[in-house]
Amino acid sequence: MSTTAIFLLAILALGFLITFQIAKASEYVSILKGEKKAFEQTNKINAFLLVAFLVLGLIGVYWCNKLYFGRTLMAFPAASDHGEQIDKMMYITIAITGFTFVLTQILLFWFSFKYQHSEKRKAYYYPHNTNWEILWTTVPAIALCVLVGFGLYYWYQITGDAPKNALQVEITGKQFGWIYRYPGKDNTFGKKYFRNIDETNSNDLGLIWDDKAAQDDIVTTEAMYIIKDQPVRINIFSRDVIHDVGLAHFRMKMDAVPGTPTTMYFTPKYTTEEMKKITGNKNFEYEIACDQMCGNGHYGMKGLIKVVTPAEFVLWRAKQKPKYTDAVKPKDPGQTIPATGDTTQKTVAVANTVSAALKN
Amino acid sequence: MSDGAVLHGHPEVRTTHEVHHDEHHVHHHQETFITKYVFSQDHKMIAKQFLITGMIWGVLGGLMSVIFRLQIGYPDQSFPILEQILGRWAKGGKITADAYYALVTMHGTVLVFFVLTGGLSGTFANFLIPLQIGARDMASPFLNMLSYWFFFTASIVMLSSFFVQTGPFSGGWTAYPPLSALGDASPGSKTGMDLWITAMALFVVSSLLGGLNYISTVLNMRTKGMSMTRLPLTIWALFFTAVLGVLSFPVLLSGFILLLFDRHAGTSFYLSDIYMASTQQALPNEGGSAILFQHLFWFLGHPEVYIILLPAMGMVSEVLSTNSRKPIFGYMAMVGSLFAIAILAFLVWAHHMFVSGLNPFLGSVFVLLTLLIAIPSAIKVFNWITTLWRGNIRFTPGMLFAIGFVSLFISGGLTGIFLGNSTLDIHLHDTYFVVAHFHIVMGVASFFGMFCGIYHWFPKMYGRYLNNTMAYIHFWVTMIGAYLIFWPLHYAGLAGMPRRYLDYSSWESFNQFSDLNKFISTVAMIVFAVQLMFIFNFFYSIFKGRKVVTQNPWGSTTLEWTAPIRPGHGNWPGEIPEVHRWAYDYGKDGREFIPQTEPVNPDESKH
Repeated sequence: MSTTAIFLLAILALGFLITFQIAKASEYVSILKGEKKAFEQTNKINAFLLVAFLVLGLIGVYWCNKLYFGRTLMAFPAASDHGEQIDKMMYITIAITGFTFVLTQILLFWFSFKYQHSEKRKAYYYPHNTNWEILWTTVPAIALCVLVGFGLYYWYQITGDAPKNALQVEITGKQFGWIYRYPGKDNTFGKKYFRNIDETNSNDLGLIWDDKAAQDDIVTTEAMYIIKDQPVRINIFSRDVIHDVGLAHFRMKMDAVPGTPTTMYFTPKYTTEEMKKITGNKNFEYEIACDQMCGNGHYGMKGLIKVVTPAEFVLWRAKQKPKYTDAVKPKDPGQTIPATGDTTQKTVAVANTVSAALKN
Repeated sequence: MSDGAVLHGHPEVRTTHEVHHDEHHVHHHQETFITKYVFSQDHKMIAKQFLITGMIWGVLGGLMSVIFRLQIGYPDQSFPILEQILGRWAKGGKITADAYYALVTMHGTVLVFFVLTGGLSGTFANFLIPLQIGARDMASPFLNMLSYWFFFTASIVMLSSFFVQTGPFSGGWTAYPPLSALGDASPGSKTGMDLWITAMALFVVSSLLGGLNYISTVLNMRTKGMSMTRLPLTIWALFFTAVLGVLSFPVLLSGFILLLFDRHAGTSFYLSDIYMASTQQALPNEGGSAILFQHLFWFLGHPEVYIILLPAMGMVSEVLSTNSRKPIFGYMAMVGSLFAIAILAFLVWAHHMFVSGLNPFLGSVFVLLTLLIAIPSAIKVFNWITTLWRGNIRFTPGMLFAIGFVSLFISGGLTGIFLGNSTLDIHLHDTYFVVAHFHIVMGVASFFGMFCGIYHWFPKMYGRYLNNTMAYIHFWVTMIGAYLIFWPLHYAGLAGMPRRYLDYSSWESFNQFSDLNKFISTVAMIVFAVQLMFIFNFFYSIFKGRKVVTQNPWGSTTLEWTAPIRPGHGNWPGEIPEVHRWAYDYGKDGREFIPQTEPVNPDESKH
């Protein structure tokens, strides 16, 4: 054991010993002073401490807010339309609960202080009062109706169906990383089956190559590219255990459950570059955090979302090769997909598809 | 009757028709060490066994949090002392991810089930039910004894999982499959998980034996005159707690059994479409639903938080009233709100699953039902506050913890309104906001209820007082520490910081709280040290504490204070006292308090 550890333990033991001796001594003193007098003294001290706790506590709440509010997401605008609704809901809830918090804590500690034991006072026999009880049943009920009303209004908007023109992206969680898939030109995801997963032959998702729709699908682990101001529908899968697509800046979250596809949609409002300016952090990235305990590498299960302009998206998309080329070509050189030689022509084709999608 | 009425004033007096109780006493003296302290069937001894086992678990669970808080607070430093405690789990003084997750999981499991369910309900239901309703013991003392020994066995099995090669279970206390079902997904899901399930199954058995006993005792064995509406609120709370446990624990067990089948019998209840990268194999299971387990788990899991909280509420009501020297305000509303909470507890489980892909319409139903709980909770809070109003308050340590409980219950309850609203839950789910919320409202608040109970009934348990100075230090450090630890964590949650990460330094979005994490870890260590002081105070005072000299040291109205200072097995030497009034006649007609055993005087004012 290191010397610091021994030193710390020694201090701890000494602290205990001193406290214990004081505690024992004060017990003797209270007997000498008379139990009644000792009780009155400690009662006064504790009553004072309770009200001091209230005052310092409320100051502490203010100070804590000053210190940490700037580090929360609330200090910056939400990066998606749904996020803005969630922030509004948050402020409504903070207003109602904040008022209740301050009111009840003040009453609790103030009454404790004010009605501390005194020889002169007799406790007031007050077993019930129906009017008061009706009051504090109905007022919270009304407040809750407001919260439930707003909450469900936003909830149905957020969980509703994605608009038709939404960009389709698929994300699959695995221990411990994310795989993204885009449909190819046909704008249709190819079929997949988990028994087809073959990591050694770059088929991480188990795509069925016989399905034509799968042959032009783009599979990447680099980042998920989405477009500013265009709704994106994310189809969520998991390959092994439950993960969660946590998008703090968009205020969105959805579990990835093996065997049960889930989905979310939102419209990003700021590109990654814009968000760097808004947050004043030149390293800012939209990170995907796994928010469901998924094993011992959970804390490092990071993904990336790049929000880009439509033009940038077209460029990025043009550079992507369908997974089919890697997975099948080396094994079976005879069966290649249409020549990749004419890249310019292909880029134009992809760009057309995307801009057509955007216009819809 | 008149004969009885005389007796109540003097419980020590024995009459000739009490012969069988004398026999009882003879039997009592023949008790051996084994029957008195080990395989005891006396509810008071069983309560103490639950309490002390719970305290041992409490220290272990707290120590685990101190160790993993070291990692969160100081991710870049190494602590050689950890290698000495944890061996290869902390090579070079830095705990591994495996160890971190094992500690987090065990911290949760141990504190939720073994301390705040077994230790809290087990202790006070056993101790208070017979004493406060006026019964000699539980309906079945033998089943009651078994209940403890199943708890003990569960504890041993759970403890043994720390010593297996692959480590204890490490997939979080909620044990979601597939992670908990597949050994290849996490080392903790190998032998450690089998032991975890076994221990939990034994724990469920213990909880059912105890719960059935509590229910039948409260319903059948109340003394003469003790109608249900004259019961102290502690008993109502413990009664509802037992009902919740009996109805929900079997569902948890069924969930665990299906999990066991999935693990070892090749079934696919929870498993489907799984490819294990570690073995490069697709599993044969198809058609199962991982979400099914979550429904089964939270069908217990949510009532469980009320199983933890209700006893605390009951004891706090009792202690607040006694020490304000005033009746509890709105007794019937307090019982009604306990009942409402107990019913609603069964109807809100899916609010833990808003982002699991649950049907949004179903989600909205659960939002409504969840937020409804705020109404009975608000009634309770305002009734507690009104109980203090115009009282004549004595700040005994128990009373301080009761006031602390109300404060924490408000703080933690209000953040529940955020999380129960699905719209906000999308953002806050599985962030530190949740950690802050449930630690305040379910963790610390229930601990405050438990401390409140221990300080208040310690004189009845051991015939001695706890040391007051240490008690006050314990209260103030814990109260301040609890807020210092958990209040700022809400801000980490509002930054979207996910739970169960052992190192945030590689994240651009979540690395801004490293100074806060250091601070919290330091405070956590201080608070933990003060809990050790409390444990010391507890054991020291059992043997050396100031002796209780009066039968009713707090001036209480309830029946336990009519029993001798150190009641033997059977509780009252003479006839069991008869009850004539409710439990809260404090300050009535200018009298300090009127015990429940005193007949109603015709001149007495009505309430």
